[in-house]
Order: sequence, then structure tokens, then C-alpha cells
Amino acid sequence: MLQFILKRLGLAVLVAFTVSFISFSLLFLSGDPAAALAGETASGEDIEAIRRLYGFDRPMLVQYGDWLMSALRGDFGESYYFKLPVASLIGDRLGVTMLLGVCGISFALLTAVPLGVVAAIRPNSIIDRIALFLSVAGQAMPSFWFGLILIVVFAIQLGWLPPSGAATWKHFIMPTIVLGYYAMPAIMRLTRAGMLDVLSSDYIRTARAKGANETRVLFRHALRNAIIPVVSLAAVQMGFMLGGSIVVESIFALHGAGYLAWESIARNDLPTVQALILIFSMFYIVFTFLADVLNAWLDPRMRSS
Amino acid sequence: MTDPLLSVRNLTMDIPVGGGTLHAVRGIDFDLNRGETLCIVGESGSGKSLTSLALMGLLGKGIQRSADRMTFDGIELTKASKRQMRALRGGRMSMIFQEPMTSLNPAYTIGDQLAEALLLHRTVTREQARARAVELLEKVGITAAESRLSQYPHQLSGGLRQRVMIAMALMCEPELIIADEPTTALDVTIQAQILRLLYDLGREMNMAMILITHDLGVVARVADKVAVMYAGELVETGPVAEIFNTPSHPYTRGLLRCIPLPGKTERGKSLGTIPGIVPSLVGSVEGCVFRTRCPHATMECRGAIPQHHDGEHAFRCIFADGKRHSDKELTA
Ligand SMILES: Nc1ncnc2c1ncn2[C@@H]1O[C@H](COP(=O)(O)OP(=O)(O)O)[C@@H](O)[C@H]1O
Ligand SMILES: [Mg+2]
Repeated sequence: MLQFILKRLGLAVLVAFTVSFISFSLLFLSGDPAAALAGETASGEDIEAIRRLYGFDRPMLVQYGDWLMSALRGDFGESYYFKLPVASLIGDRLGVTMLLGVCGISFALLTAVPLGVVAAIRPNSIIDRIALFLSVAGQAMPSFWFGLILIVVFAIQLGWLPPSGAATWKHFIMPTIVLGYYAMPAIMRLTRAGMLDVLSSDYIRTARAKGANETRVLFRHALRNAIIPVVSLAAVQMGFMLGGSIVVESIFALHGAGYLAWESIARNDLPTVQALILIFSMFYIVFTFLADVLNAWLDPRMRSS
Repeated sequence: MTDPLLSVRNLTMDIPVGGGTLHAVRGIDFDLNRGETLCIVGESGSGKSLTSLALMGLLGKGIQRSADRMTFDGIELTKASKRQMRALRGGRMSMIFQEPMTSLNPAYTIGDQLAEALLLHRTVTREQARARAVELLEKVGITAAESRLSQYPHQLSGGLRQRVMIAMALMCEPELIIADEPTTALDVTIQAQILRLLYDLGREMNMAMILITHDLGVVARVADKVAVMYAGELVETGPVAEIFNTPSHPYTRGLLRCIPLPGKTERGKSLGTIPGIVPSLVGSVEGCVFRTRCPHATMECRGAIPQHHDGEHAFRCIFADGKRHSDKELTA
């Protein structure tokens, strides 16, 4: 187990370095940063001055090392637009995004797992079909469109929920649904397939042969095994959700890190974009790593080998 | 005479399949007394597993079961509620399956799974259940029983897993134990050990046992009664001595010729096989199902087949003596 975790950890660190380098290179891939910074009316001399001021004239690897060391210390430079430290900009907004992520994944799990279980108990039943429809719809419908429909129906037509902002818990309901719905189809289908598979296994027959009732058979014996891959999928989905939150936060004007990313891309605020990509990727890497560890911990076969 | 522990009449199972109904098991009759061992023999696909699963109430959803009578200690199993069946299963009747490698839940320890078998039926504490688990693990010949409780199934070999399954089936001291080819999946070297163990424990606890096996040598040693199944029918049943000494159905004799028996088969002489194919059981099944392979088959074998009784010994054949004295089979 320890060996497995160390291996995964090593891999995660490797991926983290690669990602950090890519996000750093973005600065150069998107054109001459000094020119962009100087503005359209700047002269060649101004651009050169800025290039030296920001250190863009040094070799790229040196710049990367410099940037990475600062990033590790929590210093991501200064936002071109806000003229404020990027770290504090993001720090102020990350809480909203994380809250949204936790709500979103909880919503996804709380709807997808029960639906998947019921669908597996009664394959081809009405509930199975509804579940299938929801999951196909969830995959076919872009988040922004789904979000807009919700706003039109629940905020504008019915007036039940506020259309945007983050002032109260009510503001989080629609974003949670939209973000959670994004992860739901995959979780539901994996739960259903896992349960179908497990329910036809020999040890389920053994549980019944012992005299266990159906509830016990379903939850203690079947779900406990079927949920193992679902847990790691959920952890991975949690990483994906950070990407999804960029869209969701901008639809509902939630001032989180996702919304900041959206604005910063539009404003060409490279240090902020870079830092956000790095942070989002790190979250993703951490969640993927957690998924592996959770998987190993839940499955005794992996735990002891 | 007291009533039998288990009494089955006209047990029938139909399975809807694409293109009709598979008449998988047809008209099974047998009785089993307390403490007796019944061996069910017959080639694979003859309906042995279905029959045992039907008794346990563990048939899959698509399988339709009917019976004129199927009683366990006077309880009509075909009319029992789900709750009644649960109380019987694992409590008063237990089953051991063919697949030890996959019959234990990979997510729980041996100790948890053994204890569960007792906790489901008795009001005992976890400690008491674990103590009972240790006791039974020792009984089934597992060393360091105490430390096994915290192991997971994947850490045990197939033989050990089957011992655990046996221990689990015995947790509540059931009155009936059904073992469906309990050693088929195991290494040949430990098959005999496991069967011996099962049989000895059965005797010790005075349990009735249904043992499904291909090994007629084992049958000769452990059975009180034998039931021979062929293509979903019980073609012959009776006390073990009569089945071996005066096998009456041509299929039974065919089976007996397929095994070497100490003292009965000459060394070096080739063992017989039964030529021919088993008929399809989809659609209507009429007449004797063995007629496609029987050396004595005549036109009448397509009609209704009478059952001949001689005390507890019974068989189905149009010939009153089952052509026991014919020498046609020796050349077949
Ligand atoms: N769930 C099922 N669906 C369809 N056919 C089945 C099912 N279970 C058993 N059968 C069929 O019923 C027959 C008897 O099966 P089984 O009782 O397992 O035989 P045995 O245990 O004697 O080898 C076989 O032909 C088998 O294919
Ligand atoms: Mg079988």
C-alpha cells in the first residue's frame, strides 16, 4: 500500500511540474508579453524597457525557475489589470469556488448514486429509463444553456430564486444544480453498471443464502463493492468541476476563482490566468491522487498488496 | 415413522428463453430424513443446481418454480413468506456453493462474514459471534483461527476459502446442509479432505445433507440415498446399496460403467462412455428423455413413461425391470 501511494505521489509530482511548465509557457505562446503589457500605442523603446523591467529578456528556463520558486512561496506576481498581488486576488475568491465544488459534487452523488442503485435493481423499469434520460440529457446539454433555462424558469418566471450573486445560500442552489448535473451522468452510469455486475456475483448469492434481507444485501454487500470505483470517479469529477465552475460562475455572476479566470482571460491578464491554471491543475492532480488512494483504501485487495 | 425433514413432490422449473420455454427441471420427487445424506448425481446441465437453489429459495428472477409439495419440517416452502424463508436460510438450512473463489465478499474480513451468519439469526453479541467463528474455523481444520478473522478472502487459497464457506454454513447448526459440487473447483489433492470434513461434521451435528457430486466413489462411501438426474428429470432414486447393486435405469448403469469402482472394475479395462446427445428441453418434452442415447429404446419410449417402485427404490422406464438383465449395454 505504502509503495503504491509513493508511486502515485511521484507520478503526481511529475505531472505537477509538467503542468506548471506548460502554464508558464502560456505567457510566451500568447505573443510577446512585453508588447501586450505596454499597450498598443507604446513605442519600441517602451516595450524594451518593460521587457527588462519584468525580466522577459532573460532565458526562458531561468524565468520559469524564478516564477516557480515565487509560486511555491505563494507569490504569483501582480495582476496586470487589478495591479494587486495575484495571490490575494485568488485567495479572496477561492472560497466561493470550493464551496460550489463541494455542493456540486454532493448534489451529483446524492442524486446519481440512488438513481444508479434503483436503476440497477430494476433494469428497464420506468426509473431506469428516467435515469437514462437524465444522464443523456445531462451530457447533451451544455452547462450555460441549462443554467440559462434555470434562470429563466426559477428566477424570472417563478421568482423563487435569485438569478445571480452569492449573498445567501439561495444564490448557490442553481449553480450547485448546474455544476452537479455536469458530473451526474458518469457517476450514475458507473453506479448502475457496478451494481448490476455485483448483484449477479456469487457472494451476493452467499449473502442471501445466509438469510440477509434485501436491504442488507443491497447496501452492505453490494453497494460497498460497487461504490469503490464510483468514489474515485467522484474525486476525479471534483477536479473537472473546477473547470466547469468557470462557466457556472460566469452564468450566475458568482465572484469565485472561476469567474476571475473568465474575466482575466478576457482582459489578457496573464499572471492571473497563469496562476489560476496552475492552481486548478494542482487541485485536479491532488484529487486524482486522492482518488487513487481512496480506491486502494476501500479495496482490501489493493490495501494489503 | 416420523415425517421426513424434507419432502418434495413434482418440483418443476421453467425458464423462458428466446424462442420458447426451457423445461429445465420436471417432476422431481424425493424425501430426506433427519441426519440422512442424499447424493444427487448426473451430468452437468441436468438440473442439480437448479433443484438445490429451488429448495433454498435462491432461484434467479426469470425462473418459474412450481411444486405439489416442497416441505421442510412441515413448512410449505412454496407458500412461505420472504421473511420465513430468510429465517430458514442460513438458520435451519445452509448451502455451500461450487465456487469458493468468488463466494466470499471481497470487501469484508472472514471474521465479519462468519459472525454475520450467526448475528442474522441469533441474538448474540459480536464477541460471542466471533468466538463461535473461531470455534468453527478450528472445527474445519483451519490453523491460527483467531488471526484468520481479520484476513480478507483474497488472502486465502481456494481450499481455505471453501473451509470458511463450510464454517459459515455451520454457524447456526442447520438441520439441512446442501453442498453443490463443493470440491469441483478445488485442487484434486484436497478434494477428498474437504469432502471428508464436510461429511464428518454433518455426522457430528446430525445434519441432513444433500451432496451434489460427480464422484460416484464418494457417493458409494457417504450416501444413504442416491438420486440420479438426467436432463431435468430424476430418473432413478433409492438407497445407495440398491442403486449400486441393482441399478435399474439404463442411464444409471451407464453412469456406473463410467467410473472405476474398487473391486468391480478390472484394471486396464477401458471405462464406458454413454454415446449420443442430450435432447433440447426447449418446447414440449415428451416421453423418456434418455431414449436418444438408450440402447433399448423403442417406439413406446416416446409415450408416457411409468414410474416403478420397489420400496424406496424408484425409477422411470417403460420396461418394468429397466432391461437390467440385457447384455446389449456391454457392447454399446
Ligand atoms: N438462469 C438460467 N437461465 C437460463 N437457463 C438456465 C439458468 N439456470 C440454469 N439454466 C439451465 O438449466 C439447466 C440445468 O442447469 P443446472 O441446474 O445448473 O445444471 P447442473 O447443476 O446439473 O449442472 C441447464 O441446461 C442450464 O443451462
Ligand atoms: Mg451445477
